[in-house]
Amino acid sequence: MNSSALTIKTLNHNFGNLRALDNVNITLNEGDYSILLGLNGAGKTTLFSLITRLYDNQTGSIEIFSNNIKKNPSKALANIGVVFQQPTVDLDLTVEQNLQYHASLHGMRKKLALDNALTELSRQNMEDILKKKIRELSGGQRRRVEIVRALMHNPKLLLLDEPTVGVDIESRKLIVKHVKSLCKEKKLAVLWATHLIDEVDQDGKLIVLHQGKVLANNLVKNILKKTKSKNVSNAFDYFTKN
Amino acid sequence: MCIFQYYLCFKGIVFRESLRFFYQRERFFSALVRPLVWLAIFAVGFRSFLGVSRPLGEPENWPYPVSLVPYELYIAAGLIAMIQLFNGMQSSLSMVYDREMGSMRTLLVSPFPRSFLLASKLVAGVSVSILQVFAFLTIALFWNIEPPLIGYLTVIPALFLSGMMLGALGMFLSSAIKQLENFAGVMNFVIFPMFFASSALYPLWKIRESSEILFYFCSYNPFTHAVELIRFSLYGQLNEKSLIFVLIFLLIFLMLAIYGYDPSKGIIAKKKV
Repeated sequence: MNSSALTIKTLNHNFGNLRALDNVNITLNEGDYSILLGLNGAGKTTLFSLITRLYDNQTGSIEIFSNNIKKNPSKALANIGVVFQQPTVDLDLTVEQNLQYHASLHGMRKKLALDNALTELSRQNMEDILKKKIRELSGGQRRRVEIVRALMHNPKLLLLDEPTVGVDIESRKLIVKHVKSLCKEKKLAVLWATHLIDEVDQDGKLIVLHQGKVLANNLVKNILKKTKSKNVSNAFDYFTKN
Repeated sequence: MCIFQYYLCFKGIVFRESLRFFYQRERFFSALVRPLVWLAIFAVGFRSFLGVSRPLGEPENWPYPVSLVPYELYIAAGLIAMIQLFNGMQSSLSMVYDREMGSMRTLLVSPFPRSFLLASKLVAGVSVSILQVFAFLTIALFWNIEPPLIGYLTVIPALFLSGMMLGALGMFLSSAIKQLENFAGVMNFVIFPMFFASSALYPLWKIRESSEILFYFCSYNPFTHAVELIRFSLYGQLNEKSLIFVLIFLLIFLMLAIYGYDPSKGIIAKKKV
């Protein structure tokens, strides 16, 4: 039986009078590939901010591999790799310098960091860019470097917040393919937030987040069956427009 | 996390700041130009009628070996503190930018305690400001700003403490500022009042002759004590009162900064980042 990578229970969050998240319950197991689908402003980024403890959840609980993010943030965060919606790599530094910086934030030795960086870069056929400055890379390459960076410390849970925004179609395909392979090979649990329906994997799980509420949380095939929809787009409309 | 991993993390943060400093040389030079303009134009212009003499009956306020010093020598300590003030504010500006652009998140999602991460970032910023100060002191030799050799050594701990205090203030402000555009307000309401209502450009006893209220305001201005700590340490002396003030303000600003970035209580928790 797979162990739980992420357990979110009765999570609420407000910004002033605005309810950003309303009674959110999500469970992700090792090796799960889950798409968090929602329109802009649905609460996806807020949810990610709470999971990564940029700020604390007001009610409910978030556990990462049984470590409560509020009570044991160090152990919980050590298990997470994150790709944020906005690019967070330093444009003036080289790929290696960016990756080494991230590794140091996880207390990794330089040699181990370099080995991991080369391993992850080679998985994406990008070893040759190690000494290049981020500024010299294309948008797609930069995003892939961010994915490499998120994997540097061998996390067990990968969070991706709209990682393909602003990336061309070819790079999008590469990113999706790579993340799916990580899921299978490394048993990595993946939570991928997006508003792009074509990024939903027919074999994976789908979580529909709308106006801060989780409206659906199941395998895609089960959701299609339940809603009697031909495709994810129709199923999404079924939940959000009814 | 073991102590060695803390060391690796600290080293990584300092190294990254150093690299950014190396790649953004314009920032380094522009930070130098500001005090040099004050020294080369303002101070030289005023030197003919603005020498500063030892205050009567207050020997503890006078670190210089002679009774009358030219104006540019007097304001050198203030200009050094100005470098650190602007560096601290520039760091906080970059933190607001980093937060808006997202790169601050990389730091904040590290498994190390947030207070440790923020303190490491602060030390990294201060190290850069100390390099800027020494570059300034080297150029200032052309204006006969020549503290004793020992002063170049004794000023380092003073620069570290004053830089930490001003950096912590900047860090707290960065946690309170919602958008980059609001930073202009910091210039008007923090930097200028702090700098002008201090002993950077004129001695406190001269201010007292004009306004008792302003004198008291300046006496409790943390920037005044950063200036005085630096001024005395440049001549191998310790201004104990200023040291205590700087330590107290450092503690207050650091606690406020840590509070500001606290994920549950701080200002950052009350707004979207």
